[in-house]
Formats: sequence, C-alpha cells, structure tokens
Amino acid sequence: MDILEKLTILTDAAKYDAACTSSGGTRTSKKGYIGNTSSSVAGCCHSFSADGRCVTLLKVLMTNCCVYDCKYCVNRRSNDTRRAAFNPEELADLTINFYRRNYIEGLFLSSGVLRNPDYTTERMIRTLRILRETYRFNGYIHAKAIPGTSPELVEQLGLLSDRLSVNIELPSEAGLRTLAPDKTKQAILAPMRQIQTRNQQNKEELVKYRHAPKFAPAGQSTQLIVGATPDTDLHILRLTQGLYDKYRLKRVFYSAYVPVVEHALLPAKDVKPPLLREHRLYQADWLLRFYGFRAEELLDDHHPDFDPRVDPKCSWALNHLDFFPVEVNTADYEALLRVPGIGVTSARRILTARRVGRVHLEDLRRMGVVMKRAQYFLTASGKMPDGLRFTPDSLLRSLIAAEQPLLPQQEMVQLSLFDSAGA
Amino acid sequence: MTEMVYYYDGSFEGFLCCIFDSYANKEILTAIDHDEDAMPTLFATRSIVTDRDHANRVFRKVVKCSPYAAELLRKGFLTCLPEKELHLYRMVVKLLKEGPDFLRNFSDEILYPVITAVRHLNGEAHLLKGFVRFSELGGVLGSEIEPKNRVLPILRSHFCARYREETFFIYDRTHKEALFYVAGKAVIRPLEYFQMAPPDETEANYRILWKRFYDTIAIKERYNPRCRQTQMPKRYWNTMTEFQDESYFRPQSSPAAVPAPDVPAGISAPGTPPAPGPSAPGSVP
Repeated sequence: MDILEKLTILTDAAKYDAACTSSGGTRTSKKGYIGNTSSSVAGCCHSFSADGRCVTLLKVLMTNCCVYDCKYCVNRRSNDTRRAAFNPEELADLTINFYRRNYIEGLFLSSGVLRNPDYTTERMIRTLRILRETYRFNGYIHAKAIPGTSPELVEQLGLLSDRLSVNIELPSEAGLRTLAPDKTKQAILAPMRQIQTRNQQNKEELVKYRHAPKFAPAGQSTQLIVGATPDTDLHILRLTQGLYDKYRLKRVFYSAYVPVVEHALLPAKDVKPPLLREHRLYQADWLLRFYGFRAEELLDDHHPDFDPRVDPKCSWALNHLDFFPVEVNTADYEALLRVPGIGVTSARRILTARRVGRVHLEDLRRMGVVMKRAQYFLTASGKMPDGLRFTPDSLLRSLIAAEQPLLPQQEMVQLSLFDSAGA
Repeated sequence: MTEMVYYYDGSFEGFLCCIFDSYANKEILTAIDHDEDAMPTLFATRSIVTDRDHANRVFRKVVKCSPYAAELLRKGFLTCLPEKELHLYRMVVKLLKEGPDFLRNFSDEILYPVITAVRHLNGEAHLLKGFVRFSELGGVLGSEIEPKNRVLPILRSHFCARYREETFFIYDRTHKEALFYVAGKAVIRPLEYFQMAPPDETEANYRILWKRFYDTIAIKERYNPRCRQTQMPKRYWNTMTEFQDESYFRPQSSPAAVPAPDVPAGISAPGTPPAPGPSAPGSVP
C-alpha cells in the first residue's frame, strides 16, 4: 500500500475527532531545530476544510485497526472497512515535509488500539521520538492518551508532546456501558488525573530548575459526543464544568454525532448531526471559561436543554431582566460581560475608554459592541437609544430575529398543488 | 497657518519628513501624496526632500509621547487605508497637541480609522501565517502571496523564527517586493517580476498528498461552504495548494535555476534582480 492510500484511509478514520487546535504552546525557536509553537496565543489555522472546520495539525491515526468494538465508532473491529497503519518513519517524514511547506502547525496523533493500549502507545512514542530527536522538530504535537495505557508510557508521551488528550466520548457512564463495553469510566479518568497531577508537578519543577523537561506544556483537552445518547445539555454542561474545575482542562470539545453505522442503540443513519445543539454548547462553554457564568445559572432541572432560538447568554438575560439595564460608564467588568452583545474585547475597550472620558451611546458600536442585541440591556449616561420600545415578549422576538439570518436556513421546498397538506 | 499639499518619495522616512516640514513651515496639510502620482492641482504644493535626521527626530518624539502611537504610526504606514498618510499625520498632530490620552478611546474620530486599518493589517498577517504555502525548489523554500496590506515586515519575524535553519523567500505580488531569508539574515527588497518554477517529482508528490489530506478531512454530513468562506476568504485561495488546478500537481523537469547577480547566494533566480530602491518598509529610522 503506498503512502497516499494510507494517508487517505487514516485521515478518513481520524476526521471525526473535533479537537484540532494549536493553542497554548509557548515554545520559541531553537538553534539547530525547525519550528516553534508561539505564533499566537490562540494558535494558527492553516486551512479550513469544506465543512468550515479549521485545519491546523496533520490529524491522522497511527492505525485504524482496533481491538475495541465501540458501537458509535467507524473503526470498531466489527466494521467492514479498509485497514492501514503508518510506519513511524513514514509518518515522521510526512509531518516534517508538510511542516516545511507551511501546510500544518504540527502533528495530531491518535490511534486505534492495536493489540493492546501499551503496544499502541509505544508505536506512537516511537514516531514522536523520530520527529523530536532525528528531525529536531520543535513544532506542536498533540497526542492522544489511550485509556488503559500504563502510567510510565503516558509520562513519556507527555514529555514529547505539547498537549495530551483523553476522549471521554460518551457523557454518561450508562452510555459508556451500552455503547463502549470495552471502556470504563475509571480507565478514562485515570490518565486524565495523572496528566493533571504531573502537569502541576512540572510547574513546580520549572520554578526550581529552568531547564526541567516540560510535561505537556499546553495542558490537556477532551471530547464529548453530542447526540449519540439521550443525555441532556444540563448534564453535559455540568460535566464540562467539573472537568474545568477538577481536572484543569484547557478545552472540552463537542462533536455532533454523525451517524456512521446502523445500530439499534444509536440514532438512525438518516438523522442529521445536531449541529445547532453543538453550537449552543460551544457558546455555553465560552460563557463558562471567559464570562464567569456557572452551569447552574444557564440551565436548571426545569429547563435541561438550551433554547435553539436564542443563544445561552440572551436566554439568561431574558430570565434575569431585573439585572438590566447596565450603565456602561459605571458597571464593573463582570457586569459588562453579562450584557448580550458585549464580549471580552469590547468590555475591555469600554473600561480603557472610561478612564479618559464618558462613553456615549454612539461610541459603543465602534468599540465592537453588537448593538442589535445590546441596545435592550444597557444605558450610556442614563440614556437608551432613541425610540426604542419593547416589552419582555417583543424582546424575545427581536432577539430571535437578530440571530435568525446567522443560523443555517432550512432548505426551500417547492410547494405542489397535489400534495396533501402536512403530509 | 496656510494649507498645503505635500509630495514625498513614498518611503516611511519621507513621510516623517512631511510631518517635520509641516511644523517647520507652519503649514497644515490637506493631502500627502507620492511624487509619481503628482497631478496638477490648484492648491499650493511642496516637494519634500527626505532627510534621515528629521525623520529620526519626528519618530523619537512620537515614541517619547507614546510608544503605542509609534507602533500605530509604523504599522499604519503598511496598511492599505486610502489616504493613510493624512490619517497618520492627523493622529500625530493630535498626539502632539493633546497628549496620548485619546489613544485610550477606541472610538476616537481621529484614531478609529487608523486603528481599524492596523487591525486589518494584523488580521491579514495572522491569516497569512497559516495560509502561506511554500514549495521546495532545490533546497530553497519559496512562496507567493497576494495581500492587500504590506504584510512582509510583520511576517518576517514569524517565519524567520520558524524556519531558522532554512533558506526561504516570500514574494508579495501586490506590492512587488520579496522577503529573502538566507543564513540567518532577512531582507525585504522590491522585485518587479517573479515566476515560480514548476515542481519537481518530490515537490509534486507532497502537493498531491496535501491536497488529498485536505479533501479527506472534511466531513460530508457537515458540509458548510459559507462557514469556510467566512474563515478563509476567497482572495487567499489563489495562492493556496488546496485550490490549484491539475497542472499544479504535475511534475516537470525544469532547467536548473541560475542565481541572479544581486540575489543572496542560494536563492533560485527570480525574474529580475532586485533594484536598489527605497528602504524596506517597517525599518525604523
């Protein structure tokens, strides 16, 4: 099998992994080495695929042979699909040549479980060794820690990579039991905990010894599949919050379940992936990480799922109208961030501008505030926009109307005289 | 104070001298233009001679008032803002008159056009850090870009750090200049014409591999061309490997590249040797 064919099979098998970021690395360039990871805090996108997702790393599997039989996965052993495996040398050569041509920011290496988790991880480590030591590659590497790998190997993997991730995949233990019978919650959480404690230790080491080897300096992330199991948004968001709080994760990714296999326990194959739900979860994820919201504020047991019509922040604002309007000249940073239409950047701009003079209503648009949402929730020097009249009811309607054109539209269908209505 | 139109040589120093002379002659500028596109006008005009000392004095003064303003001035000159000279001139005048406080107000009338133009420049440079595509030609990495702003000075530090041990060049088709990096030294030189040589066997092979990777990584069920175009506007596609037609992936045996006289050794010959022209943009006097 030639390398082009291998690349096709192993890319195709890896594409359902949502995580593809090169953020969080701060490694500067070194003499005699190629590459760095410090292009910007948020990472660097090298292309965007036809589905609009960023392509920053060479995202492939080491092999798509797998001994597990997780029902939702294309690579499960009972699936009749073509199998391939990279040699460590081949993959290292491919990575370095893509990197030199500025196609990619680094390597995202994952793998199906070949023989057992330890053997698989050893093969991954060998690839990364060749890259780091033979090719003197100094760019970004994201590696998957496979549940069930022995801690010594995870340690080695962490010393070679910038970021590690362990995929939780199914947000509940019940889901895991039915759909991924070979994985247990314990096996997933063990490497996560190890990476977190080791990362913490490493920070202390680095304070004591400047040249101490770095262990996964860009932290760890995980992925949850949305829509394969009947878990609610509240459950997913609580889990996310727990991961950020207790495991210090850098990112939690959500992947709308794309039905790839027919199975009685899974959504049917003609079900569309729940993209809007995924979008709302990402919006809520940002609210948790940058806006000081808590999962309990956004959802509760009476409303366990997000309103598909408005974003979570608007939804919160509509339920807390007594918090508004916020006066932009006096409100503190946290209060500004709660206003729909004001983000981290525009809130900072308001704070700096306030130090040299009053902020007026007409300045806000130029500062990046999205007035079509924010106008209902703020005042500048006590003034709201002229002629703005609204009731809580009409407010919801105008907010829905404001977001409507941004959402994917339903396909137009030509009506026919002869179809029975509503059929 | 009389109103005047100034002409200068197009360099950053020349522009700073316009500011210097406007103060020396007690004149208010209504337009600042290149020498070349000087059109007959009814207004009083003056051609400014570039003087490094004067330019230095202006820049040092701005740095002293606010290092942030100096950065805006330097970067603002690289942008594609129409009448950028006039906008920057007004910013300096306001800075010298009122002090640096207005720089904190993002929505300030004088500052806003400059700051949005600089954001556009930074944004474009950030995107290009990812979108630049190199081809290997005899051990040298070469690429072409078509940016709206003069991004090469911004891209310089990024690519020099990343490909420290390599030899590479980036050709800017819009502004007809190129960034050369050889043996740890980077220069930006005007370059009238450049044509990329066809790929050899290995190069064509990696192009094919990358195209295949790109086509495979997209999930069919999530097809969303509008999202892609928002993130990666079509004007960048022209120079990206992913969107080239078939001939781009066909290897051709090409005649060996001959080094041109003035080009640093080791770089395959571009069309014409770079002529000694105005100093590289972004170099602080």
